[in-house]
Amino acid sequence: MAEKKNVSRRDFLKTSGIAAGALVGGGIIGGVIGANTRQDTAAPSGGEAGQNGGAETTEPVRGLQFFKNQQEFAVLQQATERIFPEDDLGPGAIGLGVPFFIDHQLAGSYGENSREYMQPPFQLGEATQGYQSRLKRNELFRQGLQKMQQEAQSRFEANFVDLEPEQMDEILTAFQDDEVDMQAANAQFFFRLLRQATLNGAYADPIYGGNQNMDAWRMKGFPGHRPSYINEIESEDFVEMDPHSVGDMLS
Amino acid sequence: MATTLDKVDVVTVGVGWTGGIIAAECAKEGLKVVGLERGQERSTEDYSMVHDEYRYAIRYELMQDLSKETITFRNSRDQKALPMRQLGSFLLGEGLGGAGTHWNGQNWRFLPYDFEIKTMTDAKYGENKLPAEYTLQDWGITYDELEPYFDKFEKTAGISGEDKNPFWGARSSEYPTPPMKKTPLLSKFETATSNLGYTPFMMPSANLSEAYENPDGQQIAACQYCGFCERFGCEYGAKTSPEITVVPAARATGNYDIRFNANVVEVMKEGERVTGVRFIDTVTLEEFIQPAEVVVLTSYVMNNAKLLMVSEIGQMYDPETGEGSLGKNYAYQILPGASGFFDDQMNVFMGAGALGMTIDDFNGDSFDHSDLDFIHGASISMTQTGSRPIASNPLPPETPSWGADFKKASIENYTRTLSVGAQGASMPHRDNYLSLDETYKDVYGVPLLQLTYNFTDQDRALHKYLTERTVEIMQEMGAKTVVGRAPISDYDIVPYQTTHNTGGTIMGGDPATSVVNNYLQHWDMENLFVVGAGNFAHNGGYNPTGTVGALAYRCAEGVIKYSQEGGSLV
Repeated sequence: MAEKKNVSRRDFLKTSGIAAGALVGGGIIGGVIGANTRQDTAAPSGGEAGQNGGAETTEPVRGLQFFKNQQEFAVLQQATERIFPEDDLGPGAIGLGVPFFIDHQLAGSYGENSREYMQPPFQLGEATQGYQSRLKRNELFRQGLQKMQQEAQSRFEANFVDLEPEQMDEILTAFQDDEVDMQAANAQFFFRLLRQATLNGAYADPIYGGNQNMDAWRMKGFPGHRPSYINEIESEDFVEMDPHSVGDMLS
Repeated sequence: MATTLDKVDVVTVGVGWTGGIIAAECAKEGLKVVGLERGQERSTEDYSMVHDEYRYAIRYELMQDLSKETITFRNSRDQKALPMRQLGSFLLGEGLGGAGTHWNGQNWRFLPYDFEIKTMTDAKYGENKLPAEYTLQDWGITYDELEPYFDKFEKTAGISGEDKNPFWGARSSEYPTPPMKKTPLLSKFETATSNLGYTPFMMPSANLSEAYENPDGQQIAACQYCGFCERFGCEYGAKTSPEITVVPAARATGNYDIRFNANVVEVMKEGERVTGVRFIDTVTLEEFIQPAEVVVLTSYVMNNAKLLMVSEIGQMYDPETGEGSLGKNYAYQILPGASGFFDDQMNVFMGAGALGMTIDDFNGDSFDHSDLDFIHGASISMTQTGSRPIASNPLPPETPSWGADFKKASIENYTRTLSVGAQGASMPHRDNYLSLDETYKDVYGVPLLQLTYNFTDQDRALHKYLTERTVEIMQEMGAKTVVGRAPISDYDIVPYQTTHNTGGTIMGGDPATSVVNNYLQHWDMENLFVVGAGNFAHNGGYNPTGTVGALAYRCAEGVIKYSQEGGSLV
């Protein structure tokens, strides 16, 4: 099987133009888990060729399927990283590939709301009646990210991606508290969507492009796809296991 | 122009548990049965790569395509109902097996008190225990009358359990298979509830403790505790589902056909009889009429009610006058509970949908309500269903919902948190009902069903009382921090709560106040039967499927009897 470890972070660093130093952390994975204590350094030059026993490493090429504008994608990267930041437990949203996950989702049925009722008339209702906007998720994401950039300009006269972390948090909090005006949508709903999409990308099976190297599962102690726990279910002790992707079934 | 097909003895609308049971029983008796299923064929092979939380549990792979059809919703009559544009509060099913494919497998019999709730409540607490706007009524059948049908469903499904609950109705036989494994986490609940003087027992489970062959000769495998039940299909064939039991049993007779991609839009009628159904092939958009001697509505609560409404069969319920029965007594459930945060890591990701222990000390009328401002109660359970990482981010009080502290706390507590949950009964109320929407339509041009629903004072009082009990249990379990669920205010259709919707096509002993009799035969149209949780005159403190299964066997007996004798069965 092709080795897929640590792809997203390096690709991100190659393509995003954001200072690598800000992201290189201790990054010792597995403090909780014990298993797989591979040191996950983020340095672009930190090759791991030796780990594959000389086998050739094939890294999937990453790119954007929905976003056309790198600036918008960069805002998405930084916003998701603030929601799920890198810390001493392990990688954050960027290191896990979450922005790519969200981009790919926005290009498909999730972004197009293709299994949801989108017939008019559209009318604003009570909060208890749920989402009533005519906007599809991918339209809502673009508008929301553009608004974040506008907020950065109006509040700090800077690009969102150049803000200090605390300034980014201030803007995200303004969305969370519904203090930013959006068109045919509301900021609080967009924030909730962004937060949930970030968690989806962090913890979904890596077949979707996030949760790179299953590092989010390793942090959390979730073993992913395991066919059976019949031999462990009665264990008095916590059972530590290496995670598996459902994609392994095809290999 | 619609194409008229050859007439059959029985047509069912929908092929889940109820459609499958009707088909199996009628086909075994020699009746020619056709099942019309708007979704697609699926089987155990389709679930081989099902351990995918995002696809199945977050993006709802197995659920209804709302772009074609949804419902509209409002909290009260003075609001404008708007479409439920995205799934949330409850998850409507689609495809062979229906919700019986993606259920958890918690299999209960409603309590003797449930079936005679009006009579028993009045006798014990007087007629004014609840205000008059609570439209409480008996079901027109008793637990004892329904017991043989409960027994039959449990034997078909191979339910794993133990008869150790002093509060439920008498059983004519033991469970077909022994209870599931009592895990260390369940033992914590058992010890705590025993210490508090309650009577814990293993939850009756349709994830089978051992391999089983049912009376129809169908095989059900043993559960592997993989932790992917609710919202998923079972890749082992170890979670009892229609597509591995009653559907193959019906097909084996040679008297049963299922037509997929067949979306029924109307029940056809002539005088006081129905003549068949009209459906649209969702692939070709061709229209067909399937004539039948007997029509059985076996789709979900919502669609059974909608089909009667659009076909103008029965009298619509009017909340102003209280007259009419169609759409009346829609009920839901309320979910008291408590979370407990512990120091040690636990195997929360292992489990099965119905792996749990329960107490019924606060369910039904197990406890005295004389000094309480509500009736009924809830089963209180601790289940180990398999916590998954996208949905499970437990946070102690005062933790932010994103950012560095969120990440640390949610990761720390994922394997260190347990929950005790109650399924609270829901009493019917004058203002909670189903009707037809006047604005929004489905993709075939048929009006959407409209839901008018809010929680009631009875719900809020029950929720508060039961939450206090669950907090006490969690404290006794030794959690370092215990958080009870916040009091409920208005019903919100956005967050997932439960897919235990009931009512709208209720059963009863009086044609003026119910839609069907106790054979689930329509009061106005003797060759039309309507079966499912829509028949519940109120919702109890358990999952509905066991009771739905019993009603389906009762209904099948009615259909067979009607086919032989004709006329009203009561």
